[in-house]
Amino acid sequence: MKNYSKSLIVSSLGVVLAIVTNLFFPQFAAVAGSQAVISGYAVNNNDLYRFVLVVWLLWIAGTWLRAGSEKERQRAFAEKTRLRLALGIAVSLWDVLGTKLQVLPQPFFPGPAGIASAFLEDPDYILQNTMYSLRLFTAGFLSGVILGIITGVLVGWFPKVAYWVEPVLNVCGVIPPVAWMPFALILFPTSFTAAVFLLIICVWFPVTSMTALGVSGTPKALYEAASTLGAGTVYQIFTIAIPHAMPQIFVGVTTAEAFAFTNLVMAEMMGQPGGLGYYINASKVWSAYYKVFAAIIVMTVLFGLIKLLVDRLQRHVLRWQKGIVK
Amino acid sequence: MRDNFFEVDHVTRIYRGEESDTTALKDVSFIVNEGEFISIIGASGCGKTSLLRMLAGLDPVEEGEIRLRGNRIGKPDHKMGYVFQQGSLYNWMTVEQNIAYGLRARKVWKKNRDRVPEFIRFAGLEGFEKVYPHQISGGMGQRVAICRALINEPDILLLDEPMGALDSFTRASLQDKLLELKAENNTTMILVTHDVDEAIYLSDRIVIMTPRPGRISEIMEIDMKHPRNRGGSEFMSVRRELLEKFDLASRVMPPEYMI
Ligand SMILES: Nc1ncnc2c1ncn2[C@@H]1O[C@H](COP(=O)(O)OP(=O)(O)OP(=O)(O)O)[C@@H](O)[C@H]1O
Ligand SMILES: [Mg+2]
Repeated sequence: MKNYSKSLIVSSLGVVLAIVTNLFFPQFAAVAGSQAVISGYAVNNNDLYRFVLVVWLLWIAGTWLRAGSEKERQRAFAEKTRLRLALGIAVSLWDVLGTKLQVLPQPFFPGPAGIASAFLEDPDYILQNTMYSLRLFTAGFLSGVILGIITGVLVGWFPKVAYWVEPVLNVCGVIPPVAWMPFALILFPTSFTAAVFLLIICVWFPVTSMTALGVSGTPKALYEAASTLGAGTVYQIFTIAIPHAMPQIFVGVTTAEAFAFTNLVMAEMMGQPGGLGYYINASKVWSAYYKVFAAIIVMTVLFGLIKLLVDRLQRHVLRWQKGIVK
Repeated sequence: MRDNFFEVDHVTRIYRGEESDTTALKDVSFIVNEGEFISIIGASGCGKTSLLRMLAGLDPVEEGEIRLRGNRIGKPDHKMGYVFQQGSLYNWMTVEQNIAYGLRARKVWKKNRDRVPEFIRFAGLEGFEKVYPHQISGGMGQRVAICRALINEPDILLLDEPMGALDSFTRASLQDKLLELKAENNTTMILVTHDVDEAIYLSDRIVIMTPRPGRISEIMEIDMKHPRNRGGSEFMSVRRELLEKFDLASRVMPPEYMI
């Protein structure tokens, strides 16, 4: 218990340092800030930065409280203690070097408060582009996963299908999906559908091959038992082949998710009317590097959320594995 | 007396290999009556599993014929239940879902859903309904496998050493369960086993097989009332008789094994 309280103090120390640094470290360099009026209050970019730090501190305290007396959660919290401390120190240093002293080359490496400006200057535009990315990702990722599972099951089940599809898979595996972009832009009516197509290729490859692996590795006895119980082929596919392949399918999906996200940003930088990649490109043209960083932060958060969602789903679907695998 | 319920008629099984063919079964014939309990015993490799798989329709019958009520056995069917030696449960389904699998597969679950708790109670699996197979013991797993086959009300239940991996206490209780089930539903059962006592305790008749190639050497009637006393003198004399036959049976060896 004592240790657990200590882990809260050490965890918070980094953020507190960041807040103290921002409040009391003298501002040597001259900086141009941004202002905005949010529900009647005039807020500048440094206020926003401080606000984020406070939220971060509250978040740490909240997680600590939420763990309560559960040993498992307490340990999970304590494990990240040093990381939190290190992150706090890094942010403090960044604030000093990027904003207070401005020894980092400007405008390429703005301080944290500088990045906060981006969110004050075009909040709606950032939100709009984030939504565009999210829409694109959801459409491409989901269709890719569904198509991948269907092809994977067919490949794993029918040797004839495997004969014809495997060469295609091998080719798809080595060509970077963005290489298809110029063709996709010609073949598809809108740039949105072209990008969806691209993401489908990204996701389809790993999901198909992992699904096929899982399906073809199912012990024969499981199907035999089913057939003596009166199950037909289609029923066996849905109740045996796919569930048995589920762990592998999720390996494919988690690989695909990162791959699809990087390709999403690349695709957006190559010719989309919106999205975070587009926002990065547009900002770069005006040398607004703080906006580039803002977009990177949004992407990190967005991808983190997607990953969290997929992990939760995986834990639920594979709950039967609890205790079998580590 | 013989009602020709289930007939195995001059069945031969040859596994075609790359270098040489293996004759696992040669000219095997016997008849099983409805409601009978038959055990098949014999040394390892004498073709017991091969025979049982053909009875279930899992392997093709190339020579000879197997008939249930006069109809040839073709593909596997829920009328022929099969309990595998081990590891045929679905790990991603709970105990309850495993047992109900056949009902769901045949789309008769709605009508028969009450039978699932019945079987759970019967097999002594109360409280484990929502648990996954790896969280229960081997003996419980085999009970699940047996319930899963029985819930379909098969005409014949085929069991391939279902208790091979179990300790003798679990075995004994599972054997009693089998007899109870048989008495209740009048299910015909064909059991493959290595265990002489198990065969005597359960069977109406015991089929003794010899290896290379697998043949039936003798079929022995066990004329004892249930419940049988495993330690009784009658049991012991049957046991002696069976072991003698078995010993003789195993001594019939192909020339290359003779010294
Ligand atoms: N799939 C197969 N391919 C080739 N030969 C096989 C195959 N299955 C079984 N055999 C051979 O057929 C013979 C009988 O095998 P089977 O599995 O039926 O024996 P068993 O009586 O069930 O033995 P055990 O008691 O050890 O389970 C053995 O000689 C075995 O080598
Ligand atoms: Mg066997």
